[in-house]
Amino acid sequence: MKRFALAGNPNCGKTTLFNSLTGSTAHVGNWPGVTVDKRDGVYKKCAEPVAVIDLPGIYSLSPYTPEEVIARNYILDEKPECVINIVDATNLERNLYLTTQILEMDVPMVIALNMMDAVERQGDKIDAKELEKRLGVPVVKISALREQGLAELMDKAFNESQKERHGSTVLSDTALAHLINDVRIALSGQNVNNPLFHAIKLVEGDEIEVAMHKETVPMVEEFKKTFEDDTFGTDFEALVADGRYKYISKYFAPVLTRKNKEKFKMSRSDKADKVLTNRWAGIPIFLLILFCIFHLTFSENFLFISTFADWAHSPLPTLEDLGLLTAEGEPINYGVRWLATIYDGTIYSPGVIVNNIWNDMLVGELFGWIGGLIEGSGMAAWAIGLINNGIIEGLSAVLSFLPPILTLFLFFSILEDSGYMARIAFILDRMFRRFGLSGRSFLPMIMGFGCSVPAMINTRTLADEKERTATVRVIPFFSCGAKLPILTAVAGAVMLHFAKGNGSADLITYAMYILGIVVAIVSVLLMRSTTLKGETPPFIMELPAYHMPQFKNLMAHLWDKTKHFVKKAFTIILASTIVIWVLTHFGFDWHFLDDEQINDSILAGLSRLIQPLFTPLGFGSQLGTFGWVFVLAAVAGLIAKENVISTFATLGACLIAAGVPELNGFTSDVIYADETGIQAVLAMIAATGITVPGLISFIAFNMTTIPCFAAVGTAKSELGDKKRFNWTLVFWIITSYTVGAIVYTIGSWWWTLFIWAAVAAGVTCFIVFYNKGKIKIKLPKRAK
Amino acid sequence: MQKTLDQFAIGEHGTVKHVGGEGKIKRRLFDMGITPGAEILLRKRAPLGDPLEITVRNYELSLRITEAQCVLLDVADITTAGEAAK
Repeated sequence: MKRFALAGNPNCGKTTLFNSLTGSTAHVGNWPGVTVDKRDGVYKKCAEPVAVIDLPGIYSLSPYTPEEVIARNYILDEKPECVINIVDATNLERNLYLTTQILEMDVPMVIALNMMDAVERQGDKIDAKELEKRLGVPVVKISALREQGLAELMDKAFNESQKERHGSTVLSDTALAHLINDVRIALSGQNVNNPLFHAIKLVEGDEIEVAMHKETVPMVEEFKKTFEDDTFGTDFEALVADGRYKYISKYFAPVLTRKNKEKFKMSRSDKADKVLTNRWAGIPIFLLILFCIFHLTFSENFLFISTFADWAHSPLPTLEDLGLLTAEGEPINYGVRWLATIYDGTIYSPGVIVNNIWNDMLVGELFGWIGGLIEGSGMAAWAIGLINNGIIEGLSAVLSFLPPILTLFLFFSILEDSGYMARIAFILDRMFRRFGLSGRSFLPMIMGFGCSVPAMINTRTLADEKERTATVRVIPFFSCGAKLPILTAVAGAVMLHFAKGNGSADLITYAMYILGIVVAIVSVLLMRSTTLKGETPPFIMELPAYHMPQFKNLMAHLWDKTKHFVKKAFTIILASTIVIWVLTHFGFDWHFLDDEQINDSILAGLSRLIQPLFTPLGFGSQLGTFGWVFVLAAVAGLIAKENVISTFATLGACLIAAGVPELNGFTSDVIYADETGIQAVLAMIAATGITVPGLISFIAFNMTTIPCFAAVGTAKSELGDKKRFNWTLVFWIITSYTVGAIVYTIGSWWWTLFIWAAVAAGVTCFIVFYNKGKIKIKLPKRAK
Repeated sequence: MQKTLDQFAIGEHGTVKHVGGEGKIKRRLFDMGITPGAEILLRKRAPLGDPLEITVRNYELSLRITEAQCVLLDVADITTAGEAAK
């Protein structure tokens, strides 16, 4: 099958084109650098099916960022049959800069002039025929979004792929032409592929090329000695870049005729930007947006309406007040059940409503029905136990978290698609620099709230190796969607058990999110001042024009996420749930154990072995015979964080069967989200007598420890270096152990605060002392 | 009059004369279109004073003050286009 590679600048509509061509649901976003790896799909409407490869968005083929190297090596080594270069017509000059570099390779090429609709809307015109003539390769006007011109584009590309093309350069009328030509001829003599491309890169002194053509370098240096330019001296990198842009301004830019001759005009996007990144309002607006996202997703008090009602001394009536509940607290009819998903003395936020509908009306019904069916099927007791208490409990505990994860993810997708994410980096860069990072590392970090895996992959947009390593290491501290169930279940249980329902579970949840961020900041500071010292990386970043997020793209994001989540629930999580259930229901002599004999099981035995290790964290030896349940949940979490809650559910069911003391006044219909999880935690509290600091320390430990299998695997491939990866694992273990211990000891004995403060001060002094005289701040040289 | 980009006032614009800086930073500035002859308008400063937002080659780019110090420009005469940004 022929392969067509899509190459272009970040944010030029490349991924949208890819989706339109292949009908796939690849990730699309309005943030420079969303596609960080290459993906492929199949386009079927040509003479024969062709593979379409989506390369990462790049501005140049320089050797400085991993993405540029990926794209460059793909074209050079894999030799696709055609390169489709997408050019954002609204930003012609900069986009064509990359084009001039791809032109130098010996590969058939077609230009897709994207966003033509936007250009024409402004009343501007582009003479595509003229551009085609000047570039020497076919140019097709398209709109990836409206799927216009795609068939023509692919036909042209197919046509081109039948031919052979030799590289051409726009540098042939510069002073460098002779030098380049000499090197090219020398390389051709050595039978090097793409001689023109390599020749120009060698002249530039490109790191990768210099290492690749060691024997040719002395010759190039010899040629270079004869060369001197008035403005640039012997800065060949500058000469080449300047030559390209000069040519573009002179020959390519004139194909665009502007209706509005003004050089720097204000667009609608600029007006929006004036407000959103305003000197005074910028940061408050950002904080407000973040608050709204969390409010819309999690709040059970939408727009604080019920709070206002209380202030006005006319509190909203609960369903009970309205007489819509039976004596047992159940809705009197089906309609009221629906009403209860939206309202109960307070109006729920959209996120909570979706969640209630999903859990109470769909998943709960379905699993309840299946459970009933199994119960009445007359199967062996152990089989019923395995299916109902093991598999179904575990699965429903995991699936119940799909709505909040998707809602949160939807909001982040909107921020990304609209172009606001890039502005957040712009606003926060100054702050991030304090910690030795750039504002760009904010995006991977906040993506970590959704899932660590794409977040870690996204760190490829960071050019600086040390910044990347530091960012990858702290991403798991940004509590991901899968950790949310742990938070809400434990927080809900703490509130019910210890505060008798008078506290705020949300407050604990928010506090834990903030704890994660604080741990991330502290550890970045520590790393950047010890093992990962280095200059603050540059922050030269495009701020894409704002636009309305596309419904199609948003749905693609969500569908992708759902698929991933459901697949995970039914594979790795299901499997580990079964394994855990089996190992908790069989003893070392492979005898089936009833739920109440859980303490004699294989897993209980194994977990007890490592239980003492967690004593300083408050969920170790002090918890007695049942104490191992927390240890086991934490260990199961290393496979997938959803496992913590599904393990809770499995173990909780056993504990309840084992007759743990009655659950303190637990009423099931007032609690948001996962009744199963909270019930399980309550059972575990009752069985073990764990304290509040112990529970909080348990959450803190889970939030900061080694993330799930998938994230660990991603970290390994992203960090590349084996040693660096091993240290990352050590870092996660030490951090989580320390954070857990701090939380537990200070929570239990407040005066230990002073001991920890003394330790922190000691460490700080040591680092400052150690670094004294060694810190060299290298500022870029001032021009002139 | 010549000055470096970090000394520009908001709404001021000029033509790039010279780009300094070292290896990576200079290359990045070039790749993003900041080459001699390019026209640059300083649009705004971030809420905390740094980085800066500029318009170059008809798109918006952000860069830090330390990076802007590498760019030397010829300041344009009392600006008509600059008014638009105010």
